[in-house]
Amino acid sequence: MKSCTVALLMFIVNAGLRAAGTDCLSCHAEKASLKGSVHGSLSCRGCHASIQSFPHPDKPTPVNCASCHSDSAAALGQSVHTASGGATCTNCHGDAHSILSSKDPKSSTYPANLPHTCGVCHGNAQLAKRVGLQEVYSLYMDSIHGFALTQDGLLVAASCASCHGSHGILSSKDAKSKTNHANIPATCGTCHAGPLKDFSSSIHGQLVAAGSEDAPVCTNCHTAHQITKVASVEWQMKTTATCGGCHKDQLATYRDTFHAQVSALGYEQTARCWDCHGFHDILPASDPKSTVAPANLTKTCGKCHDGANASFVKYDPHADSHDAVHYPALHYSAVFMNLLLASVLGFFALHTILWFVRSRFGPNAEPKESQPTAGSDAGPEEPQPK
Amino acid sequence: MEDAKARYYVRFSLAQRYLHGALFTTFLGLAFTGMMLRFSTAHYMQTLAKAVGGFGAVLFFHKFFAFWLTVAFLIHVADIVYRVAAKREWGLLYGPSSMVPRWKDIQDLFGNLKWFLHLGAKPRIDRYGYWDKLDYWGVFWGMGIIGFSGYAMWFGSFFARLIPGSWLNIALLIHGEEAILATGWIFVIHFFNTHLRSDNFPMDLTIFTGRLSEEELQRLHPEEYERLVKTGGLNALAAEAPPRWLNNFGRVIGTTAVLAGVIMLILGTVAFVRG
Repeated sequence: MKSCTVALLMFIVNAGLRAAGTDCLSCHAEKASLKGSVHGSLSCRGCHASIQSFPHPDKPTPVNCASCHSDSAAALGQSVHTASGGATCTNCHGDAHSILSSKDPKSSTYPANLPHTCGVCHGNAQLAKRVGLQEVYSLYMDSIHGFALTQDGLLVAASCASCHGSHGILSSKDAKSKTNHANIPATCGTCHAGPLKDFSSSIHGQLVAAGSEDAPVCTNCHTAHQITKVASVEWQMKTTATCGGCHKDQLATYRDTFHAQVSALGYEQTARCWDCHGFHDILPASDPKSTVAPANLTKTCGKCHDGANASFVKYDPHADSHDAVHYPALHYSAVFMNLLLASVLGFFALHTILWFVRSRFGPNAEPKESQPTAGSDAGPEEPQPK
Repeated sequence: MEDAKARYYVRFSLAQRYLHGALFTTFLGLAFTGMMLRFSTAHYMQTLAKAVGGFGAVLFFHKFFAFWLTVAFLIHVADIVYRVAAKREWGLLYGPSSMVPRWKDIQDLFGNLKWFLHLGAKPRIDRYGYWDKLDYWGVFWGMGIIGFSGYAMWFGSFFARLIPGSWLNIALLIHGEEAILATGWIFVIHFFNTHLRSDNFPMDLTIFTGRLSEEELQRLHPEEYERLVKTGGLNALAAEAPPRWLNNFGRVIGTTAVLAGVIMLILGTVAFVRG
């Protein structure tokens, strides 16, 4: 009789497990959140497939998300997170019984919440150091993207996944990575279509397309995680050094000019690199479409200098006074001025020192207070020729 | 110098003293604002520029002082031309009272060098020493070089119709270099020659009071004194002793100017050496 009762009970439990799984909750009450989750329509055994009967083993086989989410799992398997032994499904999606759709504002993978989710690891300075990455969370949160997304709730602003992808995140060294040097323009261009169009036809874009790893992409100038408003004076003041990071000679010659002096004193209304050269659509002067092509100079200089004519634009904003071959007039002016300064100041500095020594310390030093001229060493008994 | 019993003689007219005042005020202002531009990469120059009110203010004051220096300079030139052309004051062009260099200046230079080295007697200076004339003509040279290049840059697009634009590259170069020469000259050589050397130390107040004592005239300008005694022109120059307030005024203004110059000299030199 007793065994009959047990058998009946088992039957009911098994039937229940098969049906809705609600009876699991009589033991696992804390898993009730499943109902409200994105998986709410599934039964417990839909995921816990290894549990066939009650009582089930203490440690049932772990749930395999891949049995349903094969694409995501395959991508994750190829990703840097698997390669580094880092994140699993629940690290990002949270507790398996409360997973929400990424469209749900409460979801850990909702775009506005994603930076915080990724930041659990990528805002950890120790982890960042261990895996050799930047601690990017705080940088991102202060960036124009982070601010727009998390403060203003602007959902079109780039979140982590917008640039890095989600399950299939690859190291930027990987040629297939969305953040690989060659792929950055397309990645940013997903949203910034206008700049991408300009950039693609620019000399930088042409070089990147031709496979150059030295030519800059978006992040070389704008950074990746610290992107700020380009209209901010603070950022604009840094751009000269940014361009100069590659264009060292041009930076050096720019430094000699009034434009640079003014800029160094913190005045933003002066010509910096991109005021003349443009930025996304930058082209070499040899290209007729370039802002600094000879035919376009009067227009470019004229943006600031009213009445700039063909003669005015013969001014060279990168003239090098050390270069006697290309700038002979400037070079020899510099040589002349240096000689003039050295000879005049040198001679009269010596003159001054000698005078000082003679009048102070030498024998027959000048009388300090009123002495008649006669009797001094400049006495009238030694008249000088007229 | 404030000995009431001593006799005093006029050396500079009131107009000349005002001219010197305008000259050194604008010069110091130009040096101060120009220094920040010339050494704009030095951190303390950037701080200083911010303190003044940013680059806009720096450039405004630079042009402001440049304008008034130009006005003062042109008034002086017009005055000289008028006095020579209309009033026939030929003494302005040659002779002992003229600023025009003459053979005696060369002799005085070599005489002074010999005296420095104990090889001869101290030369007897007339109204103007060769260093005074260099001070004077230095202003003309400086106005020509710095003034022209400055205005060429100020009105760049206008000047480009008259001169090739590539000259604007040269303009900035010589503007800055000549400014270093001018400030180096004034803050080292002029200050020493006219104020700090032992027979004038600590300050020659003549440019502020306009007059010097008989003793100073004899000691500093023996040749002129002797000439005035011989020609009997001395009495015509006799003046009251400078009032105490005027002496003190001269000391305060002069010391301030010299200190300002020396401070700028140090700031500029440190920035120059650091590159």
